[in-house]
Amino acid sequence: MIPISAAFVPLTDAAVLIAAKERGFAEAEGIDLNLVRTTSWATARDRLVYGQVQAAHLLAPLAMAVTLGLSQQPAPIAAPFKLGLNGNALTLSAEFAAALDPVARNRIDDPIATAHDFAAAIGLHRRKPIIGIVHRFSIHALMLRYWLAYAGVDPDRDLTLRVLPPSLMVEALSAGELDGFTVGEPWNSVAVDAGIGEIAAVGPRIWQRGVEKVLAMREEWMESNPDLVDRLLRALDRSARWCDAPANRRELAEILASPDYVDGRADLIERGLTGRIWLRRDEAPVDIPDFLIFHRDAANFPWLSQGLWIYSQFVRWGFVKASAQVEAQAARVFRSDVYRRALAGSGTPMPGASMKVEGALESPLGVGSNRGTLMLGSDRFFDGRVFDPDRIAEYLAGFGR
Amino acid sequence: MLRRNAKRGCVRIAIVDESGLRAAVLEEGLREAGFEDITLVPPRGAFVARLEALGPDIVIMDLGTPSRDTFEEMLAVSRALARPIAMFVDTSDEAMIGGAIDAGVGAYVVDGFSKERVKPILDLAIRRFNAFAHLRNELAEAKGALAERKLVDRAKAILMKSRNLSEADAYSLLRKSAMNQSRKIADIAQALITASELLGDLP
Repeated sequence: MIPISAAFVPLTDAAVLIAAKERGFAEAEGIDLNLVRTTSWATARDRLVYGQVQAAHLLAPLAMAVTLGLSQQPAPIAAPFKLGLNGNALTLSAEFAAALDPVARNRIDDPIATAHDFAAAIGLHRRKPIIGIVHRFSIHALMLRYWLAYAGVDPDRDLTLRVLPPSLMVEALSAGELDGFTVGEPWNSVAVDAGIGEIAAVGPRIWQRGVEKVLAMREEWMESNPDLVDRLLRALDRSARWCDAPANRRELAEILASPDYVDGRADLIERGLTGRIWLRRDEAPVDIPDFLIFHRDAANFPWLSQGLWIYSQFVRWGFVKASAQVEAQAARVFRSDVYRRALAGSGTPMPGASMKVEGALESPLGVGSNRGTLMLGSDRFFDGRVFDPDRIAEYLAGFGR
Repeated sequence: MLRRNAKRGCVRIAIVDESGLRAAVLEEGLREAGFEDITLVPPRGAFVARLEALGPDIVIMDLGTPSRDTFEEMLAVSRALARPIAMFVDTSDEAMIGGAIDAGVGAYVVDGFSKERVKPILDLAIRRFNAFAHLRNELAEAKGALAERKLVDRAKAILMKSRNLSEADAYSLLRKSAMNQSRKIADIAQALITASELLGDLP
């Protein structure tokens, strides 16, 4: 048995790492997986960068920011495996949500109308709305910016974006320090269940196949331990398949609920897993089948185009200046080549290409793979834009900002 | 504003820690080592604004504090910051960084601050954090031992009364049961007390 330590932040989407340990998938590959719980993303990042752990459950944009030297100590980080797709939501205080469509379901079904309603509500609110984000370099923060900018909101000017770790969001909303927050599960459901917030937008209705957490490693460690990396990826692939199976969700929720992991109520964790989401406490739940995807639709495949979409948003919001050199650095973070090598002999179908035009699939489509046809789900952005990784400058010019 | 203080040899240190006791332990150590300009800043409310006003050269922080993401974001957006700050100055010293992370010490240092001046402060912080953790473990163990002894005493009293045993015999019966079942004496004592409570047979 070879020991590997991996840092994680208590969230439902750490499930694939946690189940790899708890269900024995890591052990079957000869890996003694030691999971290190960290409350803040900064700590997960530092443990990885300074070599205290070999791998980490990390926000995909944070992996890129560390690589580009935008977040403390620069270090080349590689993401050879995505830990899932989607899974985020925006929760607003009842007071702020009152400015939106009174039917909670309509808000998530029509993100265009909701973005406009949100924009109109900003000036009428008693203060500049304070929205909690988990990190400047998080996908949910980038998606919040993308979504509200559609309705003319300048998130840096019109909102106060306040950074808080996921597990502290609910308390801050309840204390009135925030008007809303965007975070992964179970924290949206915890706020809804406590009656202090309403879910007003869900990730998959903004970007149907949104990137989320990745398995991050130091590039240098990954390159010097190819066999071990392959074994870890195979274990995670099996774990992801297990996590995705509807029959296992109850058990998975129970595992995640433990104080060692998410430390929360299993019934609330189960909401994000099943996609049966309560938007408001005393109303019937809605079913969002793609709310969180662990394995199907090549969910774990690190499409190079997804990495480059993150880079495009960094440029859009001024986190980094566009240049061929930075773009090349950014393109190295998502490592589909390592994924292909590790899972070549597995039963998991692999796309024929490593880049796609993001947002171009209007409906599920079968694409070429090493095992016949692989079904990819619709990956549209809510505004219908498409991201062609070969024409990033043109894509960015299409936005006002 | 974070900046280097003009006066040579004078290092301004801020300690950000939720545990007031640990912060005090570290402050005391730093003062003993001859550092004078030390401020404790609990990571609550507008603590970043306080830090900005203070302008420390080095911020020592509990590595695991959930407030670190908030702190780093404020550093990233604050216009008042004269220059970027780095988590560790000397990234080649892996042993020290490893020791700091294991001990839970995070350090933010104004860029340009020499590593020779950081090292003794960081070393001291690591030692004090470790000593504090050790102290806390010992305290927890001592409390645990006391609680266990009370359980055993109650169980002994029950046996002495219900089976008419001497104190020594009651204890040896407890010990024998524990050995036979490969359990701790305190566990056996707890089981006996529970059973006795259920049966209404309290001494």
